[in-house]
Amino acid sequence: MKMFLSGNEAVARGAWEAGVNVVSAYPGTPSTEILENLGKYKEIYAELATNEKVGLEVAAGASFAGARALTCMKHVGLNVAADPLFSMAYIGARGGLVVVSADDPGMHSSQNEQDNRYYAKMAKIPCLEPSDSQECLEMAKLAFDLSEKFDTPVLLRLTTRISHSKGVVETGERTEHQPTGYVKDVAKNITIPAHARKMHVKVEERLKKLAEYGEHFSYNKVEKGEKKLGIITSGISYQYAKDVFPQASFLKLSLTFPLPVKMISEFINSVDEIYVIEENDTFLEEQIKADGYKISGSCAYEKEITGKAKIPIAGELDPTVLAKVFGLQKESSYKPLQLPARPPVLCPGCPHRGVFYALNKLKLTVTGDIGCYTLGMMEPLNAMDTVICMGGSVTAAMGLEKALGPEMAQKTVAVIGDSTFFHSGITGLVDMVYNNSQGTVIILDNRITAMTGHQENPGTGKTLQGQEAPIIELEPLVRSCGVKHVQMIDPLNLKQTEKAIKEAVNNPGASVIIARSPCILIEKRYRPALKVDEDKCVGCRICLKLGCPAISFDKDKKKSKIDPMLCIGCEVCASLCPKQAMGHK
Amino acid sequence: MKTVNILICGVGGQGVLLAGDIIAETAIASGFDAKKSEVHGMAQRGGSVVSHVRYGDKINSPLIREGEADVILSFEEMETARYLHFLKPDGSLIINQQQVIPMSVATGKAEYPVDIVEKIKQHIKDTVLCPGMALAEKAGSAKAVNTVLLGALARKLELAPDKWQSVISRRVPAKTVELNKKAFESGYGQK
Ligand code: SF4
Ligand code: SF4
Repeated sequence: MKMFLSGNEAVARGAWEAGVNVVSAYPGTPSTEILENLGKYKEIYAELATNEKVGLEVAAGASFAGARALTCMKHVGLNVAADPLFSMAYIGARGGLVVVSADDPGMHSSQNEQDNRYYAKMAKIPCLEPSDSQECLEMAKLAFDLSEKFDTPVLLRLTTRISHSKGVVETGERTEHQPTGYVKDVAKNITIPAHARKMHVKVEERLKKLAEYGEHFSYNKVEKGEKKLGIITSGISYQYAKDVFPQASFLKLSLTFPLPVKMISEFINSVDEIYVIEENDTFLEEQIKADGYKISGSCAYEKEITGKAKIPIAGELDPTVLAKVFGLQKESSYKPLQLPARPPVLCPGCPHRGVFYALNKLKLTVTGDIGCYTLGMMEPLNAMDTVICMGGSVTAAMGLEKALGPEMAQKTVAVIGDSTFFHSGITGLVDMVYNNSQGTVIILDNRITAMTGHQENPGTGKTLQGQEAPIIELEPLVRSCGVKHVQMIDPLNLKQTEKAIKEAVNNPGASVIIARSPCILIEKRYRPALKVDEDKCVGCRICLKLGCPAISFDKDKKKSKIDPMLCIGCEVCASLCPKQAMGHK
Repeated sequence: MKTVNILICGVGGQGVLLAGDIIAETAIASGFDAKKSEVHGMAQRGGSVVSHVRYGDKINSPLIREGEADVILSFEEMETARYLHFLKPDGSLIINQQQVIPMSVATGKAEYPVDIVEKIKQHIKDTVLCPGMALAEKAGSAKAVNTVLLGALARKLELAPDKWQSVISRRVPAKTVELNKKAFESGYGQK
């Protein structure tokens, strides 16, 4: 059947068709829809993992049982899961083990750009790169076969543009895979040094076999065009290059580690000029250049290879950028105007807003984390000083304190979401208590994983597949970590919020505030919109400091106004207005 | 057939992404290959949003090159200007007459550009101004702005109106099918 699917939807469909049995993953843009779509299939056990390391380890356990298993994550998630990845590369796969990495060139919603093909190279496992939704489906299937055939985990590497573009896909049916069962095999499954030394030799042999396989792999293919220009490319870059250089000859690589050395050198020798077109890093280019020396001892290619000397390393590649660097783009006659930027903002009525308003007002240094609440750094709240990575807020606050003394702890607050706290904040909190910190952590508990599109988490009482689950309560959890000063507050109540923060930063010993109020988009407890009473409003602009998208300032009237289409009636602004000008009439 | 490129822009929450889906699916229902691209995540929270739709005999890149969009369908006046360099010199422009104030303007740090639509019109001959909200309300719900704009777009493309209607009926909530049909027709009537 033909369907119109995003790359993520197609990967999920392909894995399902391949008979995948177990899926475990933590949400992360741009990978999230893979997990969400797999969760819809009843034949599969699919779960939200607490973090990416957990996700990969659960999948590894399923592979031990001879089941087909998959985990998926955004690129930075693989940093978290790197530990088990490298061990599984040695152990191999009994049941097919597929690790999907969705990288984010252009950083549409990420803290860095990283080319995770290098993980395949470093872990010495095969890397598959689809270039559209159809290939996403086919390669998701193929990845399981390769994994079992070569006894290795397989890295299926997507990028945002592949994950979130849709294309026409020919789908098939599911072939059931029966888990073959667990077999005790300590020499294979236990990575003590004595075993691992033998495993390493096996891994190197496996790589040679995979490289040989790549020479005849049908998805590594030459498309003959003019002899003048040959292009070596992979993934989404192939599609861009096809549009910009329709007449050229192509070597389209889908198994990008290990590379088919003979195929590449034959291709290079069959054309006059050679471009390597890839996004971000020089992954292909470096290997191709190095392989040239491997073939003949001195460079075997007697022509220049044009790659990153022209194509930018930073930022997302697209057909315009590609055309520009090769001088093929016409200048637009339209001169762009200077426009106000339109960055994303916290939603109207977002429960995080009150906390950030208070933190800004109290002039505290705020170490931040990854989630919707990262938007607390934006104007006019300006309430965030650092963001490192998932879980990094708690420990960064700790570092500030240990460097500058307990007085710094009185001026510093770490903020972290509920899902992020379960992901990797809790270990930081344990460190704070253990190492005698005076610091304050605010858990912004909006009862959901909001940033990635509202997934459940261990605090919400529901699993990915909709079953009831025990709720892991934050308050007793935090107390049992040894935190004595724990306060539960409602962040929509500004007075209570401010008071709690003041108490916590002055408290000797580690303190935790749990600011609990559900994300406005799940709760939908919309109340009637407020209005500004123009007779009472004196134009002081205090309400504008909240940064609620529903509130703006009418320059002519010198009064604030509320957009009734956007306001959800949370009343936080009303509690702030010194003249009580905001209300229901 | 040569490839048709449509760029849709607006503000997160306005329905840009669904509109892109409907256009691509209508093209597929009409027998074409189609690709669509958009980015999720941050863009959903009131940020600037853009979606690319391409259809024709065979589509490679899901992204449109600058200067190659046949039509820009804009849900918001200022956002039109942000993406105008994507339009072909003789391309068409459909602008929904609506302004969504960005935070910097709301707090008084920046100005919403004055006469933005007038300035754009000087550049682009074929500009349709569509009172989306008013037409949607007339059809029965302010939420159908989306469908009104698709109607206005349909007039510029060679895809049969009944194909549009059947995809729209499939993609909107069942209760609102009739309302959306009306909304589509009122958009189609815009010149
Ligand atoms: S999605 Fe929820 S948590 Fe995120 S900004 Fe909106 S209201 Fe706040
Ligand atoms: S009540 Fe005030 S703060 Fe809350 S959504 Fe409405 S305008 Fe914004």
